[in-house]
Amino acid sequence: MSLDAEQVKKIAHLARIEINEADIPGYAATLSNILDLVDQMAAVNTDDVEPMAHPMDASQRLRADVVTETNQREQFQSVAPKTEDGLYLVPQVIE
Amino acid sequence: MYHNKTLAELSAMLQAGEVTSVELTQHFLDRIKSKDGDINSFITVTEEQALAQAKAADERIAAGNGVALTGLPFAQKDIFCTQGVRSSCGSKMLDNFNSPYDATVVSKLKQAGAVMLGKTNMDEFAMGSSNETSFYGAVKNPWDLKKVPGGSSGGSAAAVAARLAPAATGTDTGGSIRQPASLCNLTGLKPTYGRVSRYGMIAFASSLDQAGPMARTAEDCALLMNAMAGFDEKDSTSIDKEVPDYSAGLNQSVKGLKIGLPKEFFGEGLDPKVAECVDVAIRQYQDMGAEIIDISLPNSGLSVPVYYVVAPAECSSNLSRMDGVRFGHRCDEPKDLEDLYKRSRGEGFGEEVKRRILIGTYALSAGYYDAYYIKAQKLRRLISDDFKQAFEQVDVIMGPTSPNVAFNMGEKSDDPVSMYLSDIYTIAVNLAGLPGMSIPAGFADEMPVGLQLIGNYFEESRLLNVAHAYQQQTDWHQRCPSGFED
Repeated sequence: MSLDAEQVKKIAHLARIEINEADIPGYAATLSNILDLVDQMAAVNTDDVEPMAHPMDASQRLRADVVTETNQREQFQSVAPKTEDGLYLVPQVIE
Repeated sequence: MYHNKTLAELSAMLQAGEVTSVELTQHFLDRIKSKDGDINSFITVTEEQALAQAKAADERIAAGNGVALTGLPFAQKDIFCTQGVRSSCGSKMLDNFNSPYDATVVSKLKQAGAVMLGKTNMDEFAMGSSNETSFYGAVKNPWDLKKVPGGSSGGSAAAVAARLAPAATGTDTGGSIRQPASLCNLTGLKPTYGRVSRYGMIAFASSLDQAGPMARTAEDCALLMNAMAGFDEKDSTSIDKEVPDYSAGLNQSVKGLKIGLPKEFFGEGLDPKVAECVDVAIRQYQDMGAEIIDISLPNSGLSVPVYYVVAPAECSSNLSRMDGVRFGHRCDEPKDLEDLYKRSRGEGFGEEVKRRILIGTYALSAGYYDAYYIKAQKLRRLISDDFKQAFEQVDVIMGPTSPNVAFNMGEKSDDPVSMYLSDIYTIAVNLAGLPGMSIPAGFADEMPVGLQLIGNYFEESRLLNVAHAYQQQTDWHQRCPSGFED
């Protein structure tokens, strides 16, 4: 399986990562090598095998829907790049 | 000197009043100052906090309330969130991130009174096997400064090997405790998935990640496990199962122990000199009364390809939280929200992290999900079932931890696939969720070789016991790299 420059750009867009144009061929080459490695999976028939999501097939624990945390907004926002009046600031989204 | 003693020995000295925690802590801080320039094993040294914790520990011991770890210095992998202290995960993305809370592992070690010397270097977001992907520069192997210490817990491994700390925490997603332990002559334990809380441990691949101890001896790993293990409500995959006293089982006999040797771990690709060390170690177990049984893990050869779908898929999802909005790196003057996401992530992540996010994004994208992610999960079950069958016949599985000794810096950094293959014997254990260890088992070309021990679910005690028995008869684990003895 090999990826071309256009596919790499599309995946980078889906992942919301900017990649310099000059670096695209390098990514295309290494990602293609990784996919060649991954393609070895096709060698084994898995038609009747149940996919395994958890090592012990455990499911997520549920808890009662009650408040367990105290409000620490100020502390959490102290590490944010930009806040105002308790809100996270980003560039304007809606005109 | 203090730095040549184990945690257990230092603990006894503290309890007997032969040394204070402040003296010990100062000793290790001084060593870090004078020697870490050579190996770059720490990202942050928390001198002031460490001395304050040491002082509190001395008071606690004097009041008679100390436990085994009280007052003992250790190094914390920088993947664990530590309140008020930079928690970078080896990434530019989190270079400015002073965590607002403690990981559960961090608070448990604090409660025990252990003294954190600082945060250790690591591959960025734990993605690497050589510690060359860190934003803070590569870590060097104390056994040969031209060679890598392994990864991703390479800073923890190098720090303990160089006697800059008596022990350290690590995390292991595909071998990140065991492989650096092997390459630096340490004892490292990756517990059963769910045994140690993942809360506050910056997530890489959530169905594989597990924290564990790295030290010089199995006895010291047991001491750390006693504090680290246990159920945590804050981790939804934590397992609610009683924690045994890991120190209590150390001295059981290994007579009659059934050791399985998977033929797949001794084939092509294994350095013959590494194979020889492993063979000698296994013969030693035989001399101690263990029984050797040949087994097969027929699907284990697919564990690297399976891992490089599952782990990137999970990381692409986990690392989506690094978006420049609530914490971490934000680009200058974003022109719109998409630009903010793309440039913050493009600037904040290093090349290997980007590569894995891209692979994961691709594997999860429409039209490819079944062919990659579901296929990998099916193979994961086959790999796991192989182990289940093996453990019907044997008590532990043994083999090499890594196919080679430490490689040269730069040797594999341009070739991701060859780097990935250095975890060929460790990855299957994470896919199955089993506990695994690496222990020092000799030297090839003057570099350390690790023996891997794999146990059945929740059999950390047995692994520690089997490792301890070997360490009572050998002195590989006591060897110190030259230049770091004094």
